[in-house]
Amino acid sequence: MSYVEATPLGARARRRRILRRRFLRRPAAVISLLIVVGAVLAAAFARWVAPYSPDATDFNALLSGPSREHLLGTDDLGRDTLSRIIWGARASIQAGFLATVLAMVVAVPIGLIGGYYRGWLDTAIARVTDVLLAFPFLILAVGLAAILGPSLLNATLALGIAAVPPLIRIARGETLALREEDYVRAAVANGANDAVIIGRHILPNMTSTLLVQATLTIPAAIIGEAVLSFLGLGVQPPTPSWGVMLNAAQPYLNEAPGLAVYPGLAIVIVALAFNLLGDGLRDVLDPRTER
Amino acid sequence: MSGPLLEVEDLSVRFDTDEGSVHAVDRMSLSLEPRQVLGVVGESGCGKSVTALSIVGLLPKTAKVTGSVRFEGLELLAASKSELRRVRGRQISFVFQEPMTSLNPVFRVGHQIEEVLREHMNLSRAAARQRVVELLDLVHIPDPARRAEEYPHQLSGGMRQRVMIAMALGCDPKILIADEPTTALDVTIQAGILDLLRELRDRLGTAIVLITHNLGVVADIADRVVVMYAGRKAEEAPVGELFAHPQHPYTIGLLGAVPRAGAAARNGRLQEIPGRVPSLSELPTHCAFADRCPRADEQSWSEVPVLRQVRPDHAVACFHPGEQ
Amino acid sequence: MSGDAQPVLEVEGLVKHFTVGGRVGGGGRIVHAVDGVSFSIAPGEVLGLVGESGSGKTTVGYCVNRLYEPTEGTIRLDGADITHLSRRGLRPHRRRMHIVFQDPYSSLNPRMTCGQIVGEPLRLHGLARRRGVDARVVELFDAVGLRSELRFRYPHELSGGQRQRVGLARALSVGPDLLIADEPVSALDVSVQASVLNLMRDLQADLGFSCLFISHDLATVEFLCDRVAVMYLGKLVELAPREELFARPQHPYTQALLSAAVVPDPEIQRNRRRVVLEGDIPSPIEPPSGCRFRTRCPLEHESAPRSTEEEPPLVDVTGAGHLVACHLVRRGAEAPRLAEAPAELAGAADH
Repeated sequence: MSYVEATPLGARARRRRILRRRFLRRPAAVISLLIVVGAVLAAAFARWVAPYSPDATDFNALLSGPSREHLLGTDDLGRDTLSRIIWGARASIQAGFLATVLAMVVAVPIGLIGGYYRGWLDTAIARVTDVLLAFPFLILAVGLAAILGPSLLNATLALGIAAVPPLIRIARGETLALREEDYVRAAVANGANDAVIIGRHILPNMTSTLLVQATLTIPAAIIGEAVLSFLGLGVQPPTPSWGVMLNAAQPYLNEAPGLAVYPGLAIVIVALAFNLLGDGLRDVLDPRTER
Repeated sequence: MSGPLLEVEDLSVRFDTDEGSVHAVDRMSLSLEPRQVLGVVGESGCGKSVTALSIVGLLPKTAKVTGSVRFEGLELLAASKSELRRVRGRQISFVFQEPMTSLNPVFRVGHQIEEVLREHMNLSRAAARQRVVELLDLVHIPDPARRAEEYPHQLSGGMRQRVMIAMALGCDPKILIADEPTTALDVTIQAGILDLLRELRDRLGTAIVLITHNLGVVADIADRVVVMYAGRKAEEAPVGELFAHPQHPYTIGLLGAVPRAGAAARNGRLQEIPGRVPSLSELPTHCAFADRCPRADEQSWSEVPVLRQVRPDHAVACFHPGEQ
Repeated sequence: MSGDAQPVLEVEGLVKHFTVGGRVGGGGRIVHAVDGVSFSIAPGEVLGLVGESGSGKTTVGYCVNRLYEPTEGTIRLDGADITHLSRRGLRPHRRRMHIVFQDPYSSLNPRMTCGQIVGEPLRLHGLARRRGVDARVVELFDAVGLRSELRFRYPHELSGGQRQRVGLARALSVGPDLLIADEPVSALDVSVQASVLNLMRDLQADLGFSCLFISHDLATVEFLCDRVAVMYLGKLVELAPREELFARPQHPYTQALLSAAVVPDPEIQRNRRRVVLEGDIPSPIEPPSGCRFRTRCPLEHESAPRSTEEEPPLVDVTGAGHLVACHLVRRGAEAPRLAEAPAELAGAADH
């Protein structure tokens, strides 16, 4: 074994290499990753990627089909659909990521504490979570958004909070399993306090599962944002968002179905890509690789 | 005297995984006579389980199997699906190591055995039920009629293993392959299972292939022993001969590594075999044991040792066989 | 084994019950994992604790190490009562005892390097600082026969035997007076077991720690231990110096256990008398009344009806530290012999 391989960097690098190889053997995961990265970059650099500004109107081409100037056509105000989709990605992806981050930050500590300390606190957490899990994610999100009032920020908050119960369940489940591992017992025998045990022994061993879950929560949040915006509870027009576009497309379904189809496709493709990416990650990070 | 029941010749198994190839078994040969108990001994990774699974065709699709496995003349590796189904479970049956996971938890125990019987032997429900009770009695499960109505989780580990054996014997197979049947059981329960296997061989004439890492188990019940290392056969002999005159340094090492109760081994050290089992990702072109062997020399490092008879009915794959 | 020096460990009347399947208000059933066990370990002594599933041996080990809190009884480590100390109160005592686990795969945190794992107790107890930790870790790796470069590797890159050595290094890093070894070699291959057992014996001889060695394998126990205790269903049934136990086992269960252990010698194995126990090990949720072994004891007919009503007390039958809990074994008299003792068999092999 060369010296490089013996150092901790060597060990980590080797593991990353193996994981990368496994990932690259899964075409679905690779394509999904490309789509996700593409969508994120397009949203981030919308100003340069989109051919037009989302508000730019073109009264010569109202409700037109695909053409050379407007690749995906225009809406009733002559705004370019493609550009609006690209700009709309910002709202969707922002909401998707931020809602997920918020949910993790809230859910993981709750699940950790309940699962680790058990007792009445854990029972309370588990029961409350069970009750909340009875509500479908979207219903909870819609309810919360209605209370908070319509705006992208509030929609993100609502989605984040609605995503908390399933994440608590996952975090708690992982904690319950991990605390029975012998290395946690060894840490207790070492004289470690709870903070060390949770921080060094339990949490780091959950990260694969949490990463996969995050990757699967994002598409739910993206769809959720679209739903909320469609219902008028999220992004308010004229700010573009896929949900807003779907709403605006309703009166024109016969004349210009593209106004609904294209944003709809965008939602489906991006959400599907995140889902497949999450599946792929889960396969690649399978505990088999730990041994 | 008729020929061997089972003849495995030049069996090789390779797995192609994400991380490369694993040559689990390399040109393995075995033969099993009627009424014989053949013990296949080796540590983890030696290929003994893979060999057994390839006989009954239970390996995953990632396995590439070459060689020949002949049961009463029929070539199993080339057999059609229907031929294989007739043999598997009916003529050659398998008992797994973990009785916890090899029984379906949602079906009653009797029902599971019935299923096997009706599949292979076309029995009516009533006849099958009766046979189930007979079988459970055969494996010494007390109150068999009542036990047949219980679920696996209601039985202890030892009982579950007996149920597995009963299921394996249901169709009166010629060969019973048992893969580490007692490893997961307590010592006192293990003794009972070994006694049972011995009794079954005596009463029913079933030949048994017993796969284990435990030399004591082999000493207890086997007629003939095959020692495997790194996917290859290292040594083969009748049981008394192997223990009294081990030839391969690996076998000698294994025998020396086991502490024996009652022996004044307190002051002696246990025999260690330095190093570890080689990775099976490449087929070595030399003796697989060379890096751990005190007798290794140039020849060991440049050629693969072939099985040779060094004593009557005692074959070794080693360039320097001998008891010391 | 001198009686004068203060014992490293004193366990008195240890009881540990678990409740299973209850609702928040109660209604669960009690698992009698350990039901009144007492023993002590002298400085430098290795005590073997043997039993099958349900015997409670692992529970005893975990109670001693305070991974569980005993339901009743006392545990004294170096004279200090640690039975009900809080986590913080236990901290200073944790330097004096440590534990090695059975499963080499789950006993090491997969996210830490082996060096970090072995160094953690040093840091936690403030036994070394920064560079001092690494130096000490290198020493420990060397002591357990591991190349020091391995301290940068992750556990999954090591073999089972190597991982157990890391576990040993971790346990010994604090310089404990008592090492609890819970089946440390059971999950390893035979050839690897030998090297780890040799290592443990060498370390014990060099460092002089006491050891509670838990195992189901009597031959291994005999190799390492000075005294041996046998447990069945939560109770101690026999406790004797090593040679005594293997030459003159008294309790029928001990005899059955010894008889059931297969010997890698076909001549001996096939010609010896066997003690076959009927039935299964009863569940610790409802242990048999009186003598817990009576449901499987080949001599039950001789001890009935007393065995159903009365629990046999643990008595010293030779006056020299050979304790047996059996109605049929009386002080000064020989217990009924069910099979040859291992010492006999081993003696026979030499001919």
